[in-house]
Amino acid sequence: MVTQKTVATTGNLFVAEAIRQALPDVIPVYPITPQTTVVEEIAKFAANGRIDAEYVAVESEHSAMSAAIGASAAGVRVVTATASQGLALMWEELYIASGMRLPIVMFNANRALSAPINIHCDHSDIMGARDTGWLILFAETAQEAYDNTLVSFRIAEHPDVLLPVMTTADGFITTHTVDRADTLDDETARAFVGKYKPTHALLDFDNPVSHGAFAGLGGPYFEFKQQQRRAIDGSLGIIKEIIAEYSAISGRPFDVVEGWGMEDADVAIVVIGSTAGNVRHVARRLRAQGIKAGVLKIRVFRPFPTAGIRDALKGAKAVAVLDRSDSPGAEGGPLYFEVKSALYDLDHRVPVVNYVYGLGGSDVRTELIERVYKDLGDIASGAIGPFDMTYLGCR
Amino acid sequence: MPTLKELTSYEDRLAGGHRLCAGCGASIAVRQVLLAAGDNPVVAACATGCLEVSTTIYPYTSWKIPFIHNAFENAAATISGVAAAFTGLKRAGKVDPDKKVNFVAFGGDGGTYDIGLQALSGALERGHDMVYVCYDNGAYMNTGIQRSSATPKGAWATTTEVGPVHQGKQHHRKDLTSIIAAHGIPYVGQASVSHWRDLTTKAEKAFAVKGPAFLNILSPCPRGWRSEPDQTVEVARLAVKTGFWPLFEVEGGIWHRTVAVRELLPIEEFLKTQGRFSHLLKPENAELLAEVRADVNAYWEYVSFMCR
Repeated sequence: MVTQKTVATTGNLFVAEAIRQALPDVIPVYPITPQTTVVEEIAKFAANGRIDAEYVAVESEHSAMSAAIGASAAGVRVVTATASQGLALMWEELYIASGMRLPIVMFNANRALSAPINIHCDHSDIMGARDTGWLILFAETAQEAYDNTLVSFRIAEHPDVLLPVMTTADGFITTHTVDRADTLDDETARAFVGKYKPTHALLDFDNPVSHGAFAGLGGPYFEFKQQQRRAIDGSLGIIKEIIAEYSAISGRPFDVVEGWGMEDADVAIVVIGSTAGNVRHVARRLRAQGIKAGVLKIRVFRPFPTAGIRDALKGAKAVAVLDRSDSPGAEGGPLYFEVKSALYDLDHRVPVVNYVYGLGGSDVRTELIERVYKDLGDIASGAIGPFDMTYLGCR
Repeated sequence: MPTLKELTSYEDRLAGGHRLCAGCGASIAVRQVLLAAGDNPVVAACATGCLEVSTTIYPYTSWKIPFIHNAFENAAATISGVAAAFTGLKRAGKVDPDKKVNFVAFGGDGGTYDIGLQALSGALERGHDMVYVCYDNGAYMNTGIQRSSATPKGAWATTTEVGPVHQGKQHHRKDLTSIIAAHGIPYVGQASVSHWRDLTTKAEKAFAVKGPAFLNILSPCPRGWRSEPDQTVEVARLAVKTGFWPLFEVEGGIWHRTVAVRELLPIEEFLKTQGRFSHLLKPENAELLAEVRADVNAYWEYVSFMCR
C-alpha cells in the first residue's frame, strides 16, 4: 500500500527529500545559490543520522564532480547538486562523468551565468551542459522536481543506460517558492529506486580494473563515443518505461513531452521549466475566448524527444519556442534550433518563431505570453510572416 | 621495515612494459611507494601526465591494482571520492568494518604544485584516509618541458627560455612540502628516488597513519633535465648531497631531518649533471649562479631551522 504525504515546502527541500529516500552512498557537494538549501538539508540529514551516505563537503564544484566520479567509479550510488557558475566550473568533469559511463545523479538549480553577476533563474547554465552526454530533465513545479529526482536514479543506473542524469528546477521560482507536493513513503520510494548493482567497481579487488585509460594516438576514442551516443539515444524508451512504472506507483502520470490543448491547437508555445505554468494559464484563458491555443512542455531535454515534439506540433499553424537562454551570434536560442530541426522532416512547413525571455530572472508576466500568442495568431492568419528571434520583455 | 632483498621479492603493482622513458624517475617513485603499501589492497588515482598516459594506453594497463585517472587537477579530489565511498560502505555495514584499504593518488609537480593545489588542499583539510604522492620532476614534462612552480630558479624550460634577456626561469621554486605541512595533516615527507630506504620508510608511515599523508618525491626526468638516463639515481643523490633537496618529514607537526648531510657539496655538482642548467655555469652568468646558490642555501637553512 503506497502512502503519500502531502507537504508544503520549497522545491529544494522536496529534492533533498527525494535524495534522502534514494539512499545514496556518497554525496560530495558544494553550496551555491540557489541550490544551497539542498546542501543545508543534506547536512541536517547527516548530522541527525537520517542518511548513511558519506556527506563530503568539498572545496569547489570542480572537486564535487571529481569526487563524485571517484566515488561512482568505486561502485556506489552518488548524488550531488549545483547551479550556475558551479555547473560551469564542473564543465570538463561533466564530459568525464558521461564518458566514463558513471550513473551519477545531479540536481541543478537553473540560474543565470555571469557577467554581470546575477543569482536568478535562466537556463544559460544548463544549456551550456546540453552536449556533455548527460541526460537532462526539467521540472515545472516542486512536485515535478521531486518526481524527476527519484526517477533519475533508476534511469542513470539502468544497465543499458549507465549515464549521468541532471535533474533540474528553475532557481528561486521553483527551488525557493513554497509549493504543495505529494511524497512517497520511504519504503515505496526505496523499493522503486532499488539497489545499485555496479559493474567494474574500483573496490572490487578480485577484479582490478583501470578507469580513465588513454584512447588517443589512433586508439578507439571515436568508437567509445559511438557507444555513448547509442546509449543516450536508446535511453528514451527506457526513460518512458521507468516513468510509466513510477506513474503507476505515484498516481501522477507524466511523459517526456507533455501537451496541453495540443490535439487541435492552431497556435502553440514550446516551453521548458517553470514558465510552462504561466503559458498554460494564458492558453486556458485564450481557449475560453475561442482561440485554439496549445502548450508543449519538454520535460526530458536529453535525450531530445524529437518524434514526440514533431507529432505534437505537426498540426499547428504557428509555433513559438521560448528560450530562457541565448546562443549569441546564432539564429536564436538552443531550444529553438532543436524544435525547428525536429519539424524540418514534415511534409509541410510549420512556421516557427523564437523568443528569448526571462534572462537573469527577468519577470515573465502573462501579458508577455499573451503577446506571443497574438503574434502567433497573426502568423497563422497570414497577417504577418515569421520574424527573427525576439527578446521578450527586455526593457 | 623490510630489507631491500625482501622488498625486491614483493610483487610489483606497476607492471613492466609501460611506456615511460628510460631512466624515468616517476616509475621508480611509484614502485617504491607501492612496495611499502604492504598487504592491504591498494586503489590508485593518477593525475593526467606522463605516468598516467604511459601506463594506461587502451586496451593495456600496467596497473595490477584498481586504478582511476580522471583529469589533470583533481587526482586528490578523485581519490577522496573513492575513499569516501569506502567509508560510506563501512558506515552502512556493507563492508567489514575492520577491512583496511590503502588509497593513493599520484600527480606530477604540474598537477600538484600548480593546477591541482586547490583540490589537494581541500582533500587534505577534509581528513580522508589517503596518501598523496607528488613525483616532482620540476616541469610539465608530458607536454614538452614547460615550466611549473616547481621548476628551480635559473632552469631552462620551453616556456622559460635562455636568451640575451632572460636566462631560464626567473622565479624561485615554490616550497610545496611546507605548504602541505601547514595543513596540519598527520604525515608529510620529502623524499628522493635516490634514497630507497628513506623513501619506503616514509611511504610505510604515510600508509600507516589514519588520515591524509603527503609525499613529495624528487623524480628526475632525463628528457626534461637533459641528464643521462643511466644517471637518474645519481642525479637525485646529488640533489640531496648539495642541499637542493633536503630529506625530512613532518610527523604530527614535528619536523625531523631523515637523512643527514655532513658536508654539503657545492650546488654546481648537481647543476652540472643537467643540460637545463648549463647556461648557469658560464662565466657571464656568475651573478645568477650566486643567486641560485643563495636560494638553495636559504632553503637548506630554513629546513635545518624547522628540524632543529
